[in-house]
Amino acid sequence: IGHPEIFPLVFTTKTQEIFNCRVLEDVTEENCFKLIKKEDIIQDLKTRAAISDFHPVKKVVLEYPGEELLVVFDANFEYGQNFYLIASEEAKENLLKPPEATEEKEEEKEENEEATLEVQPYKPPVHKPWVSLGSEKEVEDESVKDTVPKIKYRISRVRRKFGAPITFTDKNASHVKDSYIECTSYQDKAFSIKMLEKNIGMQMVPKVREASTQTKWTYPKNAATQYFPRELSNEEREKSLSSEKLKEFFTSVHLRMEIALQQNEIMNAFFDDWKALAEDESSSGGKPDVYLKAYQSFTDLHYLKDRTISCVCWHPTIYGIIAVSSREQLFYEEEVNLSVKSVLQQSVILFLSFSDTIHPQLMLECPEDIYCFQFSPSDPNIIVAGCINGQIVLWDISQHEENLQSTKPDADGVKMSDTDTVNPSVPNVLQHNCMSGTDPPLVRFCTVSSIQYSHKKPVTDIHWLPDYSEANQTDATFEIKAGACMQLVTCSPDCSILFWDIPATKLSEQPSSEKVREQEIFGMPLDVPDTLNPLNLCWKPLIKINLCESDTNTEYSPVRISLRELHYQLKTSEKMQSLNTREVPAKESPYLEINTPSSKALKMLKNISASFFVGTEDGEIVYSDWKMEIESDLAKTVSQKCTVHSETVNTLQRSPFFKDIVLSIGGQSFAIWKEGVTTGPILQSSCSAGRYTAGQWSLTRPGVFFIGRDDGNIDTWDLVKKTYEPSHFQNISKSTITFISPCVASPEQHFLAVSDDLGVLHVLEICQTLSAASRNEHANVLDYFEREVKYLKHCEEEFQEHQDFQAKTESK
Amino acid sequence: AEVEETLKRIQAHKGVIATMVVNAEGIPIRTTLDNSTTVQYAGLLHQLTMKARSTVRDIDPQNDLTFLRIRSKKHEIMIAPDKEYLLIVVQNPCE
Repeated sequence: IGHPEIFPLVFTTKTQEIFNCRVLEDVTEENCFKLIKKEDIIQDLKTRAAISDFHPVKKVVLEYPGEELLVVFDANFEYGQNFYLIASEEAKENLLKPPEATEEKEEEKEENEEATLEVQPYKPPVHKPWVSLGSEKEVEDESVKDTVPKIKYRISRVRRKFGAPITFTDKNASHVKDSYIECTSYQDKAFSIKMLEKNIGMQMVPKVREASTQTKWTYPKNAATQYFPRELSNEEREKSLSSEKLKEFFTSVHLRMEIALQQNEIMNAFFDDWKALAEDESSSGGKPDVYLKAYQSFTDLHYLKDRTISCVCWHPTIYGIIAVSSREQLFYEEEVNLSVKSVLQQSVILFLSFSDTIHPQLMLECPEDIYCFQFSPSDPNIIVAGCINGQIVLWDISQHEENLQSTKPDADGVKMSDTDTVNPSVPNVLQHNCMSGTDPPLVRFCTVSSIQYSHKKPVTDIHWLPDYSEANQTDATFEIKAGACMQLVTCSPDCSILFWDIPATKLSEQPSSEKVREQEIFGMPLDVPDTLNPLNLCWKPLIKINLCESDTNTEYSPVRISLRELHYQLKTSEKMQSLNTREVPAKESPYLEINTPSSKALKMLKNISASFFVGTEDGEIVYSDWKMEIESDLAKTVSQKCTVHSETVNTLQRSPFFKDIVLSIGGQSFAIWKEGVTTGPILQSSCSAGRYTAGQWSLTRPGVFFIGRDDGNIDTWDLVKKTYEPSHFQNISKSTITFISPCVASPEQHFLAVSDDLGVLHVLEICQTLSAASRNEHANVLDYFEREVKYLKHCEEEFQEHQDFQAKTESK
Repeated sequence: AEVEETLKRIQAHKGVIATMVVNAEGIPIRTTLDNSTTVQYAGLLHQLTMKARSTVRDIDPQNDLTFLRIRSKKHEIMIAPDKEYLLIVVQNPCE
């Protein structure tokens, strides 16, 4: 127990007997020490091996250097057992002796204590040998020593190599073999660890995307609809009209309104100065090379050869169709005595079309040579013509209208053919043209006037008249559509003017038996419309006017006539361009039964203005009124005449723009007359070298007219530019021009049909400058005429003064 | 009576085609045209006048519309507005 030399032992009695240390016999408290020989212990150990009490201290005993071991009886059990062994000699000695020593010391101490303190003599520390307690190992461990002897090297180099220039290059280590040794990594299988389980964390993230839309308001919808306009009843109106507020309103407002109205009256706010300026510029700008461009010319070997074309008429509605009438070429002397008739050849009116210049489209059979003819303005299928023997003839070509229309070309001249479903009996247009030598359809006339009552001499002029109102059988007047033409006027050199009527009915209620009966009587061929049969050769004029001066008994032989109402023709021709189909006649047919001729004639005459111009065979212009004498079929005339032309008047035409301006052409001059100015023409041309043979006003320009001459020239007179000579002349043909007819086919195309003595019809296109009227040309021309009238009056006055003066001087 | 006189005088001006008096709601009170045309004119011009007046007043609230003239190719329409009524006159310009 802390003491390294003391080993507690347990001695059994046996052991005690062996070693003579029996308790209370050998050893007591006072005598607790016992020395035991080491050899004895060892022998004990050998004999009693494990049972020996010295077994636990066997090793100590064996190592004990001495011969005797001390065993001490521990009566107090200080060390836990009844005996303990002292392991070391010193301890033994200490134990054996010290009690003596201590006894001695105690005695000494008692002695010392009794005596006074004795000063110990100083003893310097005695050097003791170092006892190792194990610290040497630790020190050795901590100290650093060279385990390996150091190696020394000495390196030297040649002196001249120091500081020498050197170039360094790069060298890739991998290029040189064995320049390096690498230790590549490799996968050592022994160390691969397979991951059998792996912890992974996952998170669901919602994908968010922003989008936006906007509805479009595609169409506005009415939130409210009103079907009827709101109106005030009459009482409400009265009430508000009489209210005070309205009066106040008017007082405050009317002044402003009147100022505004007056402003408009003072100046035309709509006048566009720029536009007006431009138009004047364009009209005076460059002259075209050719005023009248040749467009087409027609002739026919069968019917027009060696014949002169007497009259040319454009079809009023169908574009590109012209009708031409021809007659024998007569020498000048023979023209006077027109009794010579040699009808060697059937005379026809030919319909020519732009689309086909060789074959005529249609032929109208004529009993005699035709001098003049006209389309009816209200129904372009009715054609009347005046013959050379004084009769007038009427045709109805409504059956062939489809045919004519289908041949109309479009503006380029390419032929279009309509489908043939409308009229399958009409041969296909293309087929028709392929068949050369087939004659175009020949239409027989419907009616011819009675020879007895017609003119005695050739009918030289024929015109349609409009009807304004007509009485039917029950004497109730009703308005006929404006422009429905029912009546004709013809004149002839036999000094008479005749008015004719187209009286036949076209009502379908006509019983068939009557038709049959009439056919038998008259023996007419079937293709003639039945309706006009009854008149054949019975057609009588309504009124006959003898042109003779009542007092001087001179007779006039009218060659041309011009009535005021003929104006309607030109108005409808403007509308014609927009109309492609003719107007469907109303159910109440305009054609009516014959009534008593005289009553109708009376009514008719009342509607026509009573004045007219007549150009005579002798070159006179006669301006007449007629007075009706009741109960006679004749009318008397009051007339004024003026001899202007040297020869027969061949043209007498009213201007399409001015109702009272008339152009007369005859012989070597022409004249312009104004109705009401009786002293003379307001313009008279000087005598020209050749004869003027034909002439017409331009349909689009108020101051322009065309005159044809006997040398084949066309003179264009423009009154705005020059009044003393033609503004332009152009040669068209080699022979005399016999007829001119202008036509406005479309706003861009204006045609002039010119026919000559050789039977050739030339169609010319009028250039833009001649056809487009400038803005104020109408006003200018009107001005000009008025100036001329004033001048005439002035001259007249002067003449009168002169005459008076002369009379005065003579009387003196 | 005075009202009649004034109206007649306005109507007698040169070139005047039509005269109309319309109340504040656009209902014609007095007119010289036939009914359907009048109603059409009244409705359209009333709205136009309201729009014009609101335009003028939006720009300057102190301002107000006194007269409205519409010139077209064919004629001129003149409108004199007031607190409760409109006087509309259609005139043809002098040529």
